[in-house]
Amino acid sequence: MAARLVKITLLGLVVAIAIWAAFPLAENHAWIGLGILVATTAGLLYLYLTRRHIPAKYLAPGTLLLVAFQVFPVLYTASTAFTNYGDGHRGSEEEAVVAIQTASVTQVPGSVQYALSIATTGDPATGPLVFLITDPATKTTKAGDAKGLKKLDPADVTVGVTGKVTAADGYTVLTAGQASLRSKEITALAVPVDGGAIRSSGLSRAYEGKAGRLYDKGCDCIRDTTTGKVWKADRRTGSFVAADGERLAQGWKVGVGFANFTRVVTDPDISGPFLRTLVWNFVFAIGSTGGTFLLGMFVAVALHSQRVRGRNLYRVLLVLPYAMPAFAMLLVWRDMFNKDFGLINNFFGIGVDWLGQPMTARIAVLLVQLWLGYPYMFLVTTGALQAIPGELSEASRIDGAGPWQSFRRIVLPLLMVALTPLLISSFAFNFNNFNAIYLTTEGGPFQPDNPANGATDLLITYTYRLAFGGSGAQYGYAAAISIFIFLIVGTISAIAFRRTRAQEEVYA
Amino acid sequence: MRWLKKVGWRHAVGLLAIVFSLGPILFVISAALNPLGTLSSSRLMPTGVSLDNFTKLLRDTNFGQWFLNSVIIAGTASGVAVFVSALAAYVFSRRRFRGRRTGLLSLLLIQMFPQFLAVVAIFLMFGAITDYWPAIGFNTWWGLVLLYLGGALGVGTWLMKGFFDTVPRELDESATVDGAGHAQVFFRILLPLVAPVLAVTGLLAFISTINEFIFANIFLTDSSAKTLSVGLWGLVAAEQRNTNFGMFCAGTLLTAIPTVLVFQLLQRYIVEGLTAGAVKG
Repeated sequence: MAARLVKITLLGLVVAIAIWAAFPLAENHAWIGLGILVATTAGLLYLYLTRRHIPAKYLAPGTLLLVAFQVFPVLYTASTAFTNYGDGHRGSEEEAVVAIQTASVTQVPGSVQYALSIATTGDPATGPLVFLITDPATKTTKAGDAKGLKKLDPADVTVGVTGKVTAADGYTVLTAGQASLRSKEITALAVPVDGGAIRSSGLSRAYEGKAGRLYDKGCDCIRDTTTGKVWKADRRTGSFVAADGERLAQGWKVGVGFANFTRVVTDPDISGPFLRTLVWNFVFAIGSTGGTFLLGMFVAVALHSQRVRGRNLYRVLLVLPYAMPAFAMLLVWRDMFNKDFGLINNFFGIGVDWLGQPMTARIAVLLVQLWLGYPYMFLVTTGALQAIPGELSEASRIDGAGPWQSFRRIVLPLLMVALTPLLISSFAFNFNNFNAIYLTTEGGPFQPDNPANGATDLLITYTYRLAFGGSGAQYGYAAAISIFIFLIVGTISAIAFRRTRAQEEVYA
Repeated sequence: MRWLKKVGWRHAVGLLAIVFSLGPILFVISAALNPLGTLSSSRLMPTGVSLDNFTKLLRDTNFGQWFLNSVIIAGTASGVAVFVSALAAYVFSRRRFRGRRTGLLSLLLIQMFPQFLAVVAIFLMFGAITDYWPAIGFNTWWGLVLLYLGGALGVGTWLMKGFFDTVPRELDESATVDGAGHAQVFFRILLPLVAPVLAVTGLLAFISTINEFIFANIFLTDSSAKTLSVGLWGLVAAEQRNTNFGMFCAGTLLTAIPTVLVFQLLQRYIVEGLTAGAVKG
């Protein structure tokens, strides 16, 4: 009875959340989203009201979350790997045309002048900017942002004596002080109109300028009205290209097939650094996993003896690094390696620029990994050692084996059976250990001739820089490398899992 | 001599390991107590004892709020994650159904995809969510929790399945004979038996969530919404690196205290939980 009550309450909650979520979707006419929402809710209700499909009842909550917040974004990312999506190639061709025309706007003699008020729909300091303009001839008021111009209802607007809008429903008019703080954004804002755009000149006047470059539908090209130069649309690369090869900065998103993938192999500027990064990535993942495992196991074996007093105290103190917040300790290590104020140079009285040279930087990050990771390996090895029956080593001793022999032939193989799955997942984790690099060296040190790829860069930090770095986002290319990473780690792990006995047991 | 050979070297190894483990932590403690509070004046051994860094941290930054945000986000995310993966682990361990093998393997493979490389897609997606449902969008606890829950199934399904496998099937079979349904078997019989592993997976998930940096950094831009990792990182970013180091170390210690305590309490279970699934048989 109580169980039934819980079930009804939970299902009621699901329906309530679905209804709450449905309103904004319906208001914005997002019919596809609404359809998915209704189908999902109906599916859940069916699943939990029928007596069948028992496994699905238990798998549904996790799977739903997995699909919505992991599988969907991953598939979306994978699909961008086949496009040129990135800075300069974000939207459609129409959006690129609007951007080009708007950017080329200049004030010409006879431009219409407007009285301007700066407003926002959000917070005065950070909200999206809106131009409220008053036409000097007709006295009509309009609101404009980067998307375009919108007429305002005169009833909602108060116009001051200078012709400027002083208040408008739904907008917050910025004071002169607030506006001057955001003058850069205000200068950059251009409201597209037919054949040109409205831009500000100062904080209280705006003009409607003419576009210097116009799109011509007949030739599918952009023409400069003063010089007559023509940039033709190239649908293969998604950009406007002139006869002399000059390319306009604003392009659009097109499919490029496997170009992003082949670029890694064929472009010599990329393939060289890429290969070096890949090799270092393997060294780092194997070094981190192997190093922590060897040290952790060595200490665990050393302390695994009835005759060692105070084993618990050792254990409590040894595992402290594992319980410290890793992100903070990575930053502490970064500062300990600091050339000028760092502890390590201070302590030994030397002046090595640890993170400034490729070799020492690599050693440093591996050492940090060792410190962070070996307590975990120590813990699990200790656990596994305790699970191995003592009679086994005793029997081998009676048969005349020395301590090393009995460790090598009896204990180690048993340990490996228990720990291989953990080693594989540790390898996979370290292969993409973003924090370990980003919070310590940020991928550096960098060669002066190649600022995109540093000596300690892993593929993942390199990709992150491609996608979000300062020199222009290349989402498509970054997504292609993510797929490479996925294939490499997935293949290695799959092979390794297949070869362990643990696999058979898991499926037994 | 004989003692040295048999036991002495073991102590030597243990002591060296402790020096290695505790060195950096000692440095953090000294830096946190350092009255000057800069990186350049911090030494391995404390040079003075002052609580200035702690009072400055609590007074000048939103540390308390960051702490609360972190605990709530990581607590909710790891709690739900443990429950969700326990549900999945139960059927993977106890039921035979079509797609079981594929399900287990794809769970493993999906985890191999570096999730944060999908960050562009996630950013666009949550941009749309913020427009429709601001309550679960950027700068909210729920948005980040939901995102972390995307990886919930991967957190402990494999680990817990191994643990469920070690519980004799006869137990649930006899309960079924006595008329218990599948839900009763799960909630009344199995869950209490695997409580230690639930605690351990929960703790591990909690630690990794509280350490998460990339998504939190993108999601939470308001100072009052930040988590510990984002807030503390901001303290030692760029030019303030030297001056704020003492405050940063004070924050690190305050962050560590709860985890270290729980960790020491649960240590025995952690060892068992991590190895039990693998060592059996």
